[in-house]
Amino acid sequence: MTPTPDSVREPDAAPRLEEAEIGRIFREESGRSVAALIRAFGDIDVAEDAVQDAFAVALRKWPRDGLPPNPGGWITTTARNRAIDRLRRESRGRELLSEVPMLLPANDDLRIPEEGGPVPDDRLRLIFTCCHPALSTEAQVALTLRLLGGLSTKEVARSFLVTDAAMAQRLARAKRKIKAARIPYRVPEDHELPARLRPVLAVVYLVYNAGLTSPAEPSLCLEAIRLARILATLMPDEPEVAGLLALLLLTESRRSSRTRPDGSLALLGEQDRRRWDRALIVEGQAMVRRCLRRNQPGAYQLQATINAVHADAAAIEQTDWPQIVVLYNQLFAVAPTPVVALNRAIAIGEVRGAAAALALVDELDLDNYYAFHATRADLLRRLGRNAEAAAAYERAAFLAPTDAERDFLSLGGRGPRSTEP
Amino acid sequence: MPQYLLSVHTVEGEVREPMTDEEMQQSWAKISALNEELKSAGAWVFAGALHGPDTATVVRMSDGEVLTTDGPFAEAKEHLGGFYAIEAEDLDAALAWASKATAAVGKPIEVRPFRDDPDA
Repeated sequence: MTPTPDSVREPDAAPRLEEAEIGRIFREESGRSVAALIRAFGDIDVAEDAVQDAFAVALRKWPRDGLPPNPGGWITTTARNRAIDRLRRESRGRELLSEVPMLLPANDDLRIPEEGGPVPDDRLRLIFTCCHPALSTEAQVALTLRLLGGLSTKEVARSFLVTDAAMAQRLARAKRKIKAARIPYRVPEDHELPARLRPVLAVVYLVYNAGLTSPAEPSLCLEAIRLARILATLMPDEPEVAGLLALLLLTESRRSSRTRPDGSLALLGEQDRRRWDRALIVEGQAMVRRCLRRNQPGAYQLQATINAVHADAAAIEQTDWPQIVVLYNQLFAVAPTPVVALNRAIAIGEVRGAAAALALVDELDLDNYYAFHATRADLLRRLGRNAEAAAAYERAAFLAPTDAERDFLSLGGRGPRSTEP
Repeated sequence: MPQYLLSVHTVEGEVREPMTDEEMQQSWAKISALNEELKSAGAWVFAGALHGPDTATVVRMSDGEVLTTDGPFAEAKEHLGGFYAIEAEDLDAALAWASKATAAVGKPIEVRPFRDDPDA
C-alpha cells in the first residue's frame, strides 16, 4: 500500500492510505521512537504521549501528503517536537526540559540509529527496563507489548483477558515503580547479562505461548516472533536469543496444523506435515545449525534443535527418536523441570517401549498437569491396561484447559499420545 | 542521591535451630564486615535492628481521631526485623547492596525507594 512518488502527486489516483495501514506502520516503528524519546526525556509517559500525538498528526497528514520517505524518522521527530511543545506549556514540564537540554539536538532530529550502526539501539535499553526482575511477570509482559511492541492498552488488555481499566492500572503501577525506585534505563553489563536476559527471553516466549493457547489471539504469536527478531538483531552474539527465535519459527511452522477442526490439540503424529510452513522450517533450521556450530547450548537452543529434528521427518515413523532422547537428556541437564522430564519420558517410550516410559512418568510429581495424565493414559492403553487407562483419561479430561480438549480426552483419546515437543 | 530502605524480614513463628555461639559470632562478623563496606563506599545512611513485632504499636486515623492500637500493623506472616537506609544511584545499585545484605543476614530483604525529600 506504499504510494509511489508518482501517485502522491495525483492524490485522486493514489491508493488511499488507510487508517489501518497507518496503524500498522506505527506499531512497527513506535518501539524505536518510544525508546529514543525515553532516553531523551527520561520519562516513559512523556514518550508515550508524544508518539500518540504523532499518530494523530499522521492520521491527518499522511492520507493527504503521502507516506514520508522515512516513516520511523518522521514519527520520532514529530513526537519529539510535540513533547517539547507539550512540556513548555506545563510548569512541571519546563522543569523537566531544563534538566535535559544537552540531550536535545538543536534542530536535527534525534539520532535515529541505523540497523547495525554504531549508535546502540535504545530499544535494547527499553527491553531490559520493561523486563527488569523488580517488576512482576505480568507487568513485564504488559510493558513489553505496550512500549516495545506498540500495542494499545486496549489490545494488551484483550490479549490477556483483563478489562481495559485493569490493564491501564497495571501499566500505570509498573511505570510508577520504574520512576519511584529508579529502575535504570540501560543495557546490563556483561557480567549481569545472563541473569538479566532470562526474564527478557521468558517474556517473549510467554507472549508466544499466550497466542498459541488462545486461538482468539494468534496475532500474539506473530508479535512474539517480531520481538524475537528485534532481539536477535540487537544481540547477534547471544546464542540463547538465536535459540529462542529458532524455537518460535519452528513452532510457528506447525501452528496451523496443530488444532483439529473441533479446536482440540492435534498430536504431532496426526498432523498433516504437508501443511507445515517450509519457509519457516528452513529459516529455523538454518538458525539451529548456526547455534550448533557455536556450541554454547542452552534451554531455548536445545528445544529449537528438538523441533528441528521433528521438522526433518516426513512422517512420524521417520522421526529420529534416539537423537531426540539425547537432546532431551541435555535439556534436562540444563532445565531439570518435571515437564521436560515428561517429554523426555515420551521420547524414551518411542525408543525403548511404553513400559520403560511409564516407569519414568510414574516418578513425576505432576498430578495437576493434564498432559501428565494424558501421557499416562496413552502408555497404559498401549500396555493393554485399559481400566487404568480409562481412569487416567478421566483425570486428564477433568484438568484439560479447553472444552474441546476435554471432550477429546473423555472419549478416550486416540493415536500415539506424543505431546507437542 | 536517591535513598533506599533495605528492610530485613523475619518469618513469624519460623522454627529454627538456635545458633551456636560460634555461628552467632560468624554471623556478627559477616554483618559488621558489610556495615564497614557500606560505610567506606559512602552508601551508609543508618541501620538498626528492631525488637519483635509484639512490641509494636500502630497509630491510625479513625473517624477523625487518632486511634492507638496494639501492633503489629498487619496480619502478616512476616514482620520487619531490622533495616538499612542507604544511598544508591539507582535500583540496580540498591539491589546489589541488598544481595550482600541478604547473604550476610540470612533473611529476605525488601528494597523500597524513599520518597524525594519534600524540602529539596
